[in-house]
Amino acid sequence: MRPVEPVLQMENITKRFPAVVANDDVSFDLLPGEIHALVGENGAGKSTLMNILFGILTPDSGKIKYKSEQVKIESPNHAIKIGIGMVHQHFKLVPPLTITENIVLGSEPKAGLTFDKAKAYSEVSALAKQYGFNIDPKAKVADISVGMQQRVEILKTLYRGAQVIILDEPTAVLTPQETREMFVIMRSLVAQNKSIVFITHKLNEVMETANRATVMRRGKIVGTVNISETSTAQLAEMMVGRQVLLDIKKGSAKPGENVLNVVSIFANDDRKLKAVKNVTFDVREGEILGIAGVEGNGQNELVEVLTGLRKPTSGHVFLSGKEITGRSARVIKDEKVGYIPEDRHKRGLELDFSISENLILGVHSKPPFAKGIVIDYDQVAKYADTLIEKYDIRTPSAEVKANSLSGGNQQKTVLARELEVDPILLVASQPTRGLDIGAIEFVHTQIIKQRDAGKAVLLISAELQEIMGLSDRIAVMYEGNIVAVLDAKDATEEKLGLLMAGVFDAPKEAT
Amino acid sequence: MDIMKIIRALRLKELVLPLGAIFLGLLVGAIMILWIGKNPLFAYASLFYGAFGDLNSIANTLARATPLILTGLAVAFAFRCGLFNIGVEGQLLVGGLSAAYVGTVLNGLPLIVHLPLTILSAMVASAIWAAIPGILKAKRGVHEVINTIMMNFIAYALVAFVITGPLKAPGQIPKSADILETAQLIRLSEFAQWSTSRLNTGILIALLACIVIYYLLWKTTIGYEIRAVGLNPFAAEYGGISVNRNIILAMVISGMIAGLAGAERVIGFHGSFILGFSPGYGFEGIAVALLGKNHPVGVILAAILFGTLSSGGRWMAFNTGVPTELVTVLQAVIIFFVAAEQIVAWFFRSKKKTRQVT
Amino acid sequence: MLDVFGIPLLLATIRSASPLIITAIGGLFAERAGIINIALEGKMLTGAFMAVVIAYFTGNPWLGVFGGIFGGAFLALIHAVVSIKYKANQVVSGTAINILAIGLTGFLLQVFFGVAGTSPSVNKLPSWGPFNPLVYFGLVLVVVAHFFIYYTPQGLRLRAVGEHPAAAETVGINVTRLKYFFVVLSGALAGIAGAALSIGDLSVFVNQMTAGRGFIALAAMIFGKWTPVGALFAALLFGFAEALQIRLQGIVPIPREFVQMIPYVFTMIILAGFVGKATPPAALGK
Repeated sequence: MRPVEPVLQMENITKRFPAVVANDDVSFDLLPGEIHALVGENGAGKSTLMNILFGILTPDSGKIKYKSEQVKIESPNHAIKIGIGMVHQHFKLVPPLTITENIVLGSEPKAGLTFDKAKAYSEVSALAKQYGFNIDPKAKVADISVGMQQRVEILKTLYRGAQVIILDEPTAVLTPQETREMFVIMRSLVAQNKSIVFITHKLNEVMETANRATVMRRGKIVGTVNISETSTAQLAEMMVGRQVLLDIKKGSAKPGENVLNVVSIFANDDRKLKAVKNVTFDVREGEILGIAGVEGNGQNELVEVLTGLRKPTSGHVFLSGKEITGRSARVIKDEKVGYIPEDRHKRGLELDFSISENLILGVHSKPPFAKGIVIDYDQVAKYADTLIEKYDIRTPSAEVKANSLSGGNQQKTVLARELEVDPILLVASQPTRGLDIGAIEFVHTQIIKQRDAGKAVLLISAELQEIMGLSDRIAVMYEGNIVAVLDAKDATEEKLGLLMAGVFDAPKEAT
Repeated sequence: MDIMKIIRALRLKELVLPLGAIFLGLLVGAIMILWIGKNPLFAYASLFYGAFGDLNSIANTLARATPLILTGLAVAFAFRCGLFNIGVEGQLLVGGLSAAYVGTVLNGLPLIVHLPLTILSAMVASAIWAAIPGILKAKRGVHEVINTIMMNFIAYALVAFVITGPLKAPGQIPKSADILETAQLIRLSEFAQWSTSRLNTGILIALLACIVIYYLLWKTTIGYEIRAVGLNPFAAEYGGISVNRNIILAMVISGMIAGLAGAERVIGFHGSFILGFSPGYGFEGIAVALLGKNHPVGVILAAILFGTLSSGGRWMAFNTGVPTELVTVLQAVIIFFVAAEQIVAWFFRSKKKTRQVT
Repeated sequence: MLDVFGIPLLLATIRSASPLIITAIGGLFAERAGIINIALEGKMLTGAFMAVVIAYFTGNPWLGVFGGIFGGAFLALIHAVVSIKYKANQVVSGTAINILAIGLTGFLLQVFFGVAGTSPSVNKLPSWGPFNPLVYFGLVLVVVAHFFIYYTPQGLRLRAVGEHPAAAETVGINVTRLKYFFVVLSGALAGIAGAALSIGDLSVFVNQMTAGRGFIALAAMIFGKWTPVGALFAALLFGFAEALQIRLQGIVPIPREFVQMIPYVFTMIILAGFVGKATPPAALGK
């Protein structure tokens, strides 16, 4: 085999932040025409490494060789100039402008003083055709789908002559259908000798698309392997450092009466588009119903309907027989529904409040914490001390602000608050996102405890392993519908994966 | 490390930024004074003397600070709910107008009824004036900054109409009739022979308002909810708190405090509604709230500072020839430095927040 | 009757509206770049003052216009540095600019001229037909601004920055430099409008002479939905209200104060969405 010169070599890159070494002597290379997956959990250092490559950050030490020449990449502008493009997780598109305007922004073709719109349209159309993209250059970005927006982002890099394209978790917001289309696009790009760095934590995708994979863990490189010589099991082991057996110990469920009845719920998202379509399911006391599904299939909106943060457009929700459809969060809370929100910084906590003030959020106007409108801070302090101990919240005192706690302790604070009011239904949405192993185990234990105490638990998670490990029954949500409900013992990763991909009866053709 | 404990207890660290801003402001002022060929030390000494030189001057300084305590408190309270009440100026005018009406027209009531009624009418009028932008924000999502600015101008026009029209007192000056004795706040000059000051019992009302607001914000469920909405409306909403209701409530309370400011001027300091009596108390209140870090204690201190500058400025102008407008410039510069924390922080090299890595 | 309405009214409308048009367009440039611009009043006032100062010391009102540009731009630069570089809250810094302008102009009025209220007279700009030259400038400005925003690459970038600055940043646009430019430009334009007040129609500077016009311009900008043509029509509408009210004095007993309220009430109504919705640039103030 004739050795091929790598198009990119990052050597001994180190980057430190005040609290952590994000990249510790990392070396990474990229061959022309390859898809190289960069794999790791949250916080492994993948994004930092690519931000260095794209000029958003500068390394503390190490060097970068691009096309065999050493370079110092000072800014994204510089990176773009030398042919490195990046598609971020959060798109950088301007919604009121058209696709073409977004693509040519900053490098607009001119006719004298004016912006040559006609030339821009033709250039963009030609480019799209060259790579097999199907877009309407005159459409406004605000009006197109997420998958389409991502294609616009890729076209942006191609318009500027990118040779190396970094894709940061590209499939995180795509439907399984769009993911498939993304892979087709990736293959057509490398066929034209582009090189792709594919940041992901989804091992199946790595196995399906990549030529090589580099695994990072805690800021260090664990290893680089050829895909043809490895497996998801091996990659997973490299990622986590031990045999990954999601070993959640739980006994069998003893479900009782129906606690939650959801009947034909329809709801819209913030853009007034249908997000939840005719969803019907039940959750009984003493069981955990897990809802599996790729994020963005209506789970968030469904949860908001159940917790009183969003009004459904039609349908009914009953709690122990009582109708709670469309009632406010306050009322539903009073009916003993607990909620672990997926974004604890946004929904879960008042970061500038103390821990004790956070612990009474929701019951702050009730006895014993309040007599009339006056808050009894002695009671609050006592309560806080009790909970801090019971839920093992690591903090110097109950009066420190919540934003000084670690993610795990913040989540424990949320858990403590929600569980202590003894809910009959617990809704847990992505409850272990961004947590370390210890915190994850704690949360899982608490959820099982609730179930064993006879509560109904509704678990929504994008982590299939978590759903499969914790749930007694599993529902799958796809494009706003519940497409299946299975017993956990009948569920396999294959079955769930297909359902999540929208494959129920016959596989759909790609458009 | 006992000193550290004391510093933490007195929250002295909180003072660094405001004191730094004041220092830098005085520095800029000094440069300007030098530029016009005068001596800054002499000018500032005159200013200080003018503000504190004798008991009467002190009284005048406090009198000048009184409306600022209230407007600063009003702005600060709204800030606590995440709201920018730039409309305090209009609210205080409308409050003063209402006080002028009730205080001049309702004859024959005993003091014990008339005075509270007058004050209450001011608070109600200004509360309504503030509620309008509050409701528009809650129900229509319109940012309160623009609407409160608009309401200010509508207030100017309304007040001009009423004071040069229906409520006008006979004579050349555009003012209302004098407030009836049963609705007046007593001035220092009325019971102390040695004083000509118009410092009045309104300052006690102002201090009382600060105590009430402190208690409201930190010891009651109402304050808990308002602060929760101000810091994170999403978490507050989930906690069962009605964001909209609290926005309106915060504006109403803020407006009521502003109304007190207008009332104090009309039934206390001036004794009638004189058109144009406010040199911008509402806007100065924004500076006071900022400097006082939106806390009642800070507001009182900042109000006294600004009162000092205004009150002493006249003597400084008389004594040294430095125009009084320098004081206005000083105030603006101090606001800049407070608002641009980073300049002061860089100047004094205080600790910055550590960056988080996701 | 034709005395009251008809041509004189039209001319008075345009005359009234002209400083508003210039300032409103200046304002929308800055706001489209994402900077809240409640400091238009202060920039206008400073421009009015500096126009008189330069006209006084040079005897030439045209140079006075440059004085106006300088005055407005200088204050805008302070505003920009404090808001952009030091990330101060833009509403607060804008309020401070307005206070600074009042203080500074009053201070310098004393220092330069030794008076407290009204400056000495200066030569004012010549009349070109019924209007001073700056009125024509304002009308031309509408066309130029419209062309610039919708037909040039720089205008596209301006629109991008105000809606999603991160997007502009990633394609290599220097967002900071762009913001500085448009804020200073807005100050320069407000300064020209101020000059129109002091040496366009009058020939003096009077303390606080802008009398809230900067805020009416702000209202016009909002009412015009942040577009130059919209600002033109809004300014004409508000100018019409003022001109009409003056003419109706003594004939129809509408208190002039109620007419003065019109621009503000209208703006609140349109913002509330009762008559169509006015949405500001998405990244305004961030």
